[in-house]
Amino acid sequence: MRLFDIAAFAVRGLTANKMRSGLTTLGILIGVASVILLIAVGNGASSAVQQSIAGLGTNILTISPQRAQPGSPVKPLTTADAAALVGPDSPDVKYASPVVSAQATAGYGGTSYAISQFIGTDPRYFETTNSGVAQGNLFSDNDVQQARKVVVIGATVATQLFPGVDPVGKSMLVNNIPFTVVGVLAAKGSSGLQDADDMAVAPLTTTQNALTGYGSLTQIVVQARSADALPNAQAQVTTILNGRHRISQTADYRILSQDQLLTARTATTETFTVLLASVAAISLLVGGIGITNIMLVTVTERIREIGIRKAVGAPRSSILGQFLIEATLLSLFGGALGVAAGMLGTQFTIAGIKPVLVPSSVLLAFAVSALIGLFFGSYPASRAAKLRPIEALRHE
Amino acid sequence: MSPVIEVRNLRKTYGAGDTAVHALRGLDLTVEKGEYIAIMGASGSGKSTLLNILGCLDIPTSGTYLLDGIDTSDFDEEQLSLLRNRKIGFVFQSFNLVPRTTALANVELPLVYAGVRRAQRRERALAALDLVGLKDRTHHRPNELSGGQQQRVAIARALVTSPAIVLADEPTGNLDTDSSREVLAILDRLHASGRTVVLITHEDEVAAHAMRTVRVVDGRVAGVLV
Repeated sequence: MRLFDIAAFAVRGLTANKMRSGLTTLGILIGVASVILLIAVGNGASSAVQQSIAGLGTNILTISPQRAQPGSPVKPLTTADAAALVGPDSPDVKYASPVVSAQATAGYGGTSYAISQFIGTDPRYFETTNSGVAQGNLFSDNDVQQARKVVVIGATVATQLFPGVDPVGKSMLVNNIPFTVVGVLAAKGSSGLQDADDMAVAPLTTTQNALTGYGSLTQIVVQARSADALPNAQAQVTTILNGRHRISQTADYRILSQDQLLTARTATTETFTVLLASVAAISLLVGGIGITNIMLVTVTERIREIGIRKAVGAPRSSILGQFLIEATLLSLFGGALGVAAGMLGTQFTIAGIKPVLVPSSVLLAFAVSALIGLFFGSYPASRAAKLRPIEALRHE
Repeated sequence: MSPVIEVRNLRKTYGAGDTAVHALRGLDLTVEKGEYIAIMGASGSGKSTLLNILGCLDIPTSGTYLLDGIDTSDFDEEQLSLLRNRKIGFVFQSFNLVPRTTALANVELPLVYAGVRRAQRRERALAALDLVGLKDRTHHRPNELSGGQQQRVAIARALVTSPAIVLADEPTGNLDTDSSREVLAILDRLHASGRTVVLITHEDEVAAHAMRTVRVVDGRVAGVLV
């Protein structure tokens, strides 16, 4: 008795009921494909976030006001604070840009669009955040001093508000105040969680006049002279701000470096990936239980056949082998199709995220699907093998 | 020369205690090589239990069974499956062919478990089908064959391994007169060519084909008619 012949019996057993075999295979297929696809989506989101943060530069500090402790005096972050950060006391700080931001509704012609981030700042901000211009120009220091109503818009705003029209030189209404579009920023792409192109940048003074008022700044974005100088720059910024705000213990501002931001965002997306993967794993488990169910039905339905095989001298091992191979073939076939479907699925953009295939997840899902066949098939198979020949033959 | 079958004080009890059913109560039987024996008995006499034990499909509660000189008493399931494969050809009343499988594949089945190579397997299976007159039905499935043809496929399957004995449990029980005649003619030919045949029947005409008839009553051999 050879393995090949036993495998041939198993294949014949599967092809005898194609509909049922096909549906069981489908269960495993969906499980494996969703494991691969969801892990790829999670991974894609995570790498998009990393790229967008890395795109901002690794030598940036973000200072934002911190919610006040009860009883402690709070001073707002001001333009003067930002100006004080660049000077002889802070040799490692290259630029410090004051930033205010707000949501704003923009209109052009008959269309209107809600911009999620309308930023007021100075021209250094563009260099600090690696923002290049795709069309037109950026605004200048002179524009900031004169509080000119000019604006540079992001790619999403350009396509939403000016479809098929060159926006440069056009006048758009921001909260009913006319702004002249002087440039369009190069597209940065979605970070998975927010669209980095859904924004507009105008001079600080103009934005404060028109939108935010003269309260605290939203942020001060500091660029260090190099990535290595970042810790020194952070220390110098802390010293200067503590002096200006007369801080002895708890600071009323918070400094975040890109590293910290990256770590926080990565942790979030990893949680997201684990969540997706566990949902997928559950569907794989359900597929496995489907195999057990089908194999139990198959064994019960074919008890007489098992009896006949035993009566002509089939040893226990060959019956066990036949049903194990049937179960494993089902899950391997389903696994292979699932890998194909999963890899095909990662070619498409899903919910704004470009999935990034994790090769180890393909291997893992395929190996698990093969093991599922062995594991979930072994119970029905051993039940079949243990049947006494005369009992099996008498079964109706 | 030792007998093909030698059974001593064979007992088989189903259940235990008050509800125990004694199917065999100390049965003795000897079958010599080349004999053709008919076992007769009322229903419930234990004749089917006897044949199942002779075919190693069931195991006795006590007693000894020597098959072709081999004591099977303390054989495990693995060794019994080997005996069923090499020494025994079993023909059932209800044919028991594997469904959705061609006649040829059904006849090849015991040879697969015996580890015979593909080419030789086919050759021997075709020869066996030729012997039962079904050479032109090799690729038909059981549901495409008549009852008599199915039983002839079953006989071909029983003798394809050249077993020491062919056991038949009411082989004509489900067949019409013409098919019965064909099946019995085949068994006669098997006997004529020197095979040992043991069959169960409750029809005197069937038993008349045998060399001798063994009557089983209440789990014992009641008498031997020659």
